[in-house]
Amino acid sequence: MSQKIDADHARFRHIVRGKIKENLKRFITHGEILGKKGKDVVSIPLPQIQIPRFMYGHKDTGGTGQGEGEVGTVLAPGDVEEGPGTAGSDPSEHVIEVDITIEELAEILGEELELPRIEPRGKRRLEAEKSRYTGIHRVGPESLRHFKRTYKAALKRQIASGLYDPKNPVVVPIRADKRYRSWKVSWLPESNAVIIYMMDVSGSMGEEQKELVRIESFWIDTWLQSQYEGLDVRYITHDAAAREVDRETFFHTRESGGTMISSAYQLCADLISAEYSTSEWNIYPFHFSDGDNWSNDDTKACMDILKNRIFPWANQFGYGQVESPYGSGQFIKDLREVFPEEEKLVLSEIPDREAIIGSIREFLGKGR
Amino acid sequence: MALPRYLAELQREIEGYAREFELDFFDTIFEVLSYDAINMVAAYGGFPTRYPHWRFGMEYEQLKKSYSYGLSKIYEMVINNDPCYAYLLEGNSLVDQKTVMAHVYAHCDFFKNNLWFKDTNRKMMNEMANHATRIRRYMSRHGVDRVEGFIDTCLSIENLIDLHAPMIRRRETDKPGKNENGECNKQQDEIPRLRVQRRYLDPYINPAEFIEQQKKKLVDERRKAKRFPASPQRDILLTLMEHAPLNRWQRDVLGIIREESYYLSPQGQTKIMNEGWASYWHSTISTQRSLNDAEIIDFADHHSGTMGTRPGSLNPYKLGIELYRYIEHKWNCGRFGKEYQECSDLDKRRRWDKNLGLGRQKIFEVRKLHNDVTFIDEFLDEEFCYQQKLFGYHYNKRSGNWEIDTRAFKKIKARLLFSLTNFGQPIIEVTDLNHLNRGELHMVHRHEGIDLKLDWAQATMEALFRIWSRPVLVRTVVSDKHTILRYDGKEHTSETVAAAE
Repeated sequence: MSQKIDADHARFRHIVRGKIKENLKRFITHGEILGKKGKDVVSIPLPQIQIPRFMYGHKDTGGTGQGEGEVGTVLAPGDVEEGPGTAGSDPSEHVIEVDITIEELAEILGEELELPRIEPRGKRRLEAEKSRYTGIHRVGPESLRHFKRTYKAALKRQIASGLYDPKNPVVVPIRADKRYRSWKVSWLPESNAVIIYMMDVSGSMGEEQKELVRIESFWIDTWLQSQYEGLDVRYITHDAAAREVDRETFFHTRESGGTMISSAYQLCADLISAEYSTSEWNIYPFHFSDGDNWSNDDTKACMDILKNRIFPWANQFGYGQVESPYGSGQFIKDLREVFPEEEKLVLSEIPDREAIIGSIREFLGKGR
Repeated sequence: MALPRYLAELQREIEGYAREFELDFFDTIFEVLSYDAINMVAAYGGFPTRYPHWRFGMEYEQLKKSYSYGLSKIYEMVINNDPCYAYLLEGNSLVDQKTVMAHVYAHCDFFKNNLWFKDTNRKMMNEMANHATRIRRYMSRHGVDRVEGFIDTCLSIENLIDLHAPMIRRRETDKPGKNENGECNKQQDEIPRLRVQRRYLDPYINPAEFIEQQKKKLVDERRKAKRFPASPQRDILLTLMEHAPLNRWQRDVLGIIREESYYLSPQGQTKIMNEGWASYWHSTISTQRSLNDAEIIDFADHHSGTMGTRPGSLNPYKLGIELYRYIEHKWNCGRFGKEYQECSDLDKRRRWDKNLGLGRQKIFEVRKLHNDVTFIDEFLDEEFCYQQKLFGYHYNKRSGNWEIDTRAFKKIKARLLFSLTNFGQPIIEVTDLNHLNRGELHMVHRHEGIDLKLDWAQATMEALFRIWSRPVLVRTVVSDKHTILRYDGKEHTSETVAAAE
């Protein structure tokens, strides 16, 4: 039912979006809302959406109440939220919480960062045949006979022609009564994407660095999620050796030891060739590291793998380098040097939380 | 939706009981609404048509959310209008509908008879719809964003009205320059002295301090004459409508906000009395007339739910009904007047009963004459305070907790009254529209010991600036220091000043 209030409600949601946009950086760089993974709604507190007035702070006025308790008895936190006294209908100091879906948030993020909508890759067929049973036909195979409809048609015919005897309610369908389910074929555009996250978990990556990666990958995830149906996400961690892990492990392990980036690239390339046929998948590998590789030889190996086994198939390869007090940060320079012209390679440096937004834009701004 | 037959019959029945108890009300029209529709109407403050504004949408979302989480449910809503409109929630049990109808009739009686409602517009339903039409027209002419933004600005100051305005006939506002003609000035130039017949007596009849005093008075008067308005104005909205540089549509919008604010303010001023009165009658009618035996448990369950209290806030339904009953009991027993007041024999007081039976009559009188402030002030006494286990609480900054800080009657009452006076909002007056002869808007906050919430005050001053378009000043007290807050359109400044002018 459409109501008058819908317009006002839509207006309110619109303003909320605006407010969220204004404070996007804060919401995004604070990890708080990310903790609720698995939930598709997040609550965002919006203190500024209320209309300011001349008023007292409730904490200064105190109030009156009713019930048991001695002087000094502490009141439960939930008990004192309304304004002082009773007649005050003012909402005092309570902050408005607005629920918003993750998709909506991703959309807002997209708008704010002016991220382009991603074009499905190349001219490859991204359509899938889908049949849906939507109609009824008078002819068809017996296996698709619609019993209820058939019965009804037969009953109707018998009543109309006076063959129906309520005392002996036998209904016998003839050929003309039979009804069959029929289907329509529709072509659905289908686009699949896989993100492959690789993270350096060597000793030099600290908690703060991991947090940066966590936040950034959450948003990349959310954005791509809103662009593709059926997004696959794979996680690879590496120090001197690489392994595929689950999400939980990816964000929480802390290894120590050396760093061989090539091991991760090797695994990534293997994964792609084994499981993701490039005609059907949009492939987005991302690698986060502090840029400290073990040896020049290994770096060389990395470049080889990138050039021959990843770039040809990936939509884009993102390399994000976080700053760590231990790392030399050499790797990003090497990449720049070796692939000055490679347009599938996107490089981004993430020194701190503030830089996350910019980095997301660098990664996703090309709409590949 | 038209009332289904069984409810229409019920209405006739309950209305009969209400008349039997001598409640006096406007015709009342009930409508049954689905929960969604009732949430919408509630978001609009009870009116089916309001001007478009996002805060109604916000209100709606909150109501809808808390309804679907099972946190709250709106049983009923009544509008102060002639005829009275009342909404029932579809699908409520018959017991609930009976109770609600009785409740509604008492509200209508209160609207019709309470003194503070006597000047409210009884055709507000139509008026609100007219406001909506006008604002929609402005929106289509000047753009939604512009009009909505201006409404936001006005809402920021909608509480700056004079609550007592309907009760007071004020002098016509004085216009500047009227009494500043040449002849007046001549007299004012010299300091008035008492007439002296013998010159040598002059120092005694007009001593130096007297002359000094007169001089000061003269200076004061002159300053006053220069100031406009001559005396502080509490109806800041009106002042702005009359003197702020606004377009015609803006002035009209401001007028609409002001009108609605005045219409709604008596309801805020009589929340405890109104809800208490309605609860008193739904309880009386239900238990003595309308309910059958099988329904009484359900009624008791819901009634006690409505009357429930939480330690941290007073429930107006509960406080109101108890106070009416307390008054009724006292007047039934004759526990009033000099004799009773002066009786110090506790035992005698406790058994005091003159069998006067004046209680009913008294509470009808109370509902006619009082508002929450005077109701509490007059009738809430130490005994009641003790019976109801009232307490005061405050915020303990050291522990970060809300704590009970007093059980002392006087303190509790003072705090309760403070929270009710002017809705527990600070009192702000316009003192000068041409401050320093620079067209700045000068206001004074009547400081009662509690500071303004500064960030909100600053945001409100920004709203005032948008209307006044010249710098805005508020004289207040911040952490025991007299301070002038100033906003000039670009930045906020505050300056500590001497105590009084």
